[in-house]
Amino acid sequence: MLNIERLNKTFAAPAGPIVALSNIRLQVEQGQFITFIGPSGCGKSTLLKIVAGIDTAYEGKVELNGKAITGPGVDKGFIFQEPRLFPWLNVEKNIAANLPLNNPQIRRQVDELIELVRLKGFEKAYPKELSGGMAQRVAIARALLRKPEILLLDEPFGALDAFTRAHLQEVLLDIWQNSKTTMLFVTHDLDEAVFLGEKVVIMNPRPGHIRNVIDIDLPYPRKRVGHSFQELRTRVLSEFEKVEQPPLVDQGAGI
Amino acid sequence: MSDVTLVSKAGKKKASIGKARRAGLPNWLYGWVLPVIVLALWEAASALGLVSDSALPAPSKIAKAFWQLALTGALADHVTSSAIRAGGGFLLGGATGLLLGIFTGLGKWAEKTLDPTIQMLRTVPLLTLIPLFILWFGVGEFSKVLLIALGSFFPLYFHTHLGVRSADRKLYEVTRILQYSKLHLLTKLIIPAALPNILLGIRLSVGASWLLLAVAEMMGASAGVGYMIQDARVYAQTDIVFVGIILFALVGKLSDSVVRLVEKRCLRWNNSYKG
Ligand SMILES: Nc1ncnc2c1ncn2[C@@H]1O[C@H](COP(=O)(O)OP(=O)(O)OP(=O)(O)O)[C@@H](O)[C@H]1O
Ligand SMILES: [Mg+2]
Repeated sequence: MLNIERLNKTFAAPAGPIVALSNIRLQVEQGQFITFIGPSGCGKSTLLKIVAGIDTAYEGKVELNGKAITGPGVDKGFIFQEPRLFPWLNVEKNIAANLPLNNPQIRRQVDELIELVRLKGFEKAYPKELSGGMAQRVAIARALLRKPEILLLDEPFGALDAFTRAHLQEVLLDIWQNSKTTMLFVTHDLDEAVFLGEKVVIMNPRPGHIRNVIDIDLPYPRKRVGHSFQELRTRVLSEFEKVEQPPLVDQGAGI
Repeated sequence: MSDVTLVSKAGKKKASIGKARRAGLPNWLYGWVLPVIVLALWEAASALGLVSDSALPAPSKIAKAFWQLALTGALADHVTSSAIRAGGGFLLGGATGLLLGIFTGLGKWAEKTLDPTIQMLRTVPLLTLIPLFILWFGVGEFSKVLLIALGSFFPLYFHTHLGVRSADRKLYEVTRILQYSKLHLLTKLIIPAALPNILLGIRLSVGASWLLLAVAEMMGASAGVGYMIQDARVYAQTDIVFVGIILFALVGKLSDSVVRLVEKRCLRWNNSYKG
């Protein structure tokens, strides 16, 4: 279980300190799928990097299973917006990365993962020969091989076209339902947030904080066209509009 | 019957694709067109007595000298002693350059203290060191190898340093998350990322070592291709001078091709690598 309490994060910048995160409080149960949505600069990436242990200069409590997060580790997988594959390694070697592929157990797991992310036949292909979606699936397989307890995804499908994105969302839900890995998924896409998450965390900038958490009580597999889906989508959207819209008073001034 | 038509159709298609791509000679022949024409003109000019034999012997005469030297085994001896010198100097200088390049590329501290000095030394024309080397070490084998080593040190140092520096920060972040050990960080991120630069450095170093080999052997030796050229000059055997020059060209081209082959094998993954 992930427990975040009174988390504050400030960046020192030439123009003065930037409060990237202010008083974040969040509890995530083992195996939950949480999506984060919010305007640019509200600290979503910063929050994920702190949970990943890449950024340890914060104030407050960030604990995984009761232990403070003090550094990166394979129990906390991270998927970036770009696949970040090693260009000199082929698909299977990228998945194995620093683990020995000639170890029969790892070999078997890599083969299984290649099957799972539907890349059979591309084991020997180099990253430059892959499409963006395929490369991102390799990155996901690379993280899954380490059997992370929690998977942090920072706009992983942001650079992909709508079809590939929809497909990878299904792949990810498949993986989640099979492995019950805890997922923290950052996105800019409202539909994606509602389609994937059991909870949608809505964040706000200046300073970055959590505005609201909305439960998405829809059974999986979800349908994007159903009435209840649209209703929840509208709810999240209205939450946003409260955030985004400046007060209406000024706007009538011209008449 | 239908089989036959199928085959002939396929054959036709292939031929037409070939035609569309290249009208005329096969690809590898293009590079030979100019040299062959020049050689033919040269041979003709010699036969007509338009050029003096002592300045520009006919290609056929050079070829004959080449063949005779090869038969006596002298050619092989010269090439061998040159190759040992150049190889030894290259290995010594190249290995030092590679290690030092990695070292200064990795550590801020090492870079700050070492790199300025090395960059300054790089600007000294190497040939000006020859008198110094002769004073210190005589004209023996040691000063020759050292000169070659120095020449092959700089390109490899410089490009290795650059390559190590250019390792992607984003991939570094990935290695942190995957918890690479220090050793893996070096062997699985930094060196592969620097490999294109390192191989370029090796190619330049090989070139430099041949250049300095010629210089070193002409400053006095008792064997080697450079010595052969120098010796032939004294006796005005212009054809043998040409044989020596051709040998340098051949061996230089050969070693360059070997490095290119290695590049081709190692850099298949590289997007910007064009061969
Ligand atoms: N390394 C840094 N140094 C200084 N300020 C930073 C740094 N990283 C982030 N910030 C600031 O912290 C705030 C939050 O940044 P963050 O990248 O977490 O936003 P985000 O919600 O991920 O935005 P986006 O949706 O555009 O990715 C921003 O105001 C940004 O300027
Ligand atoms: Mg971000």
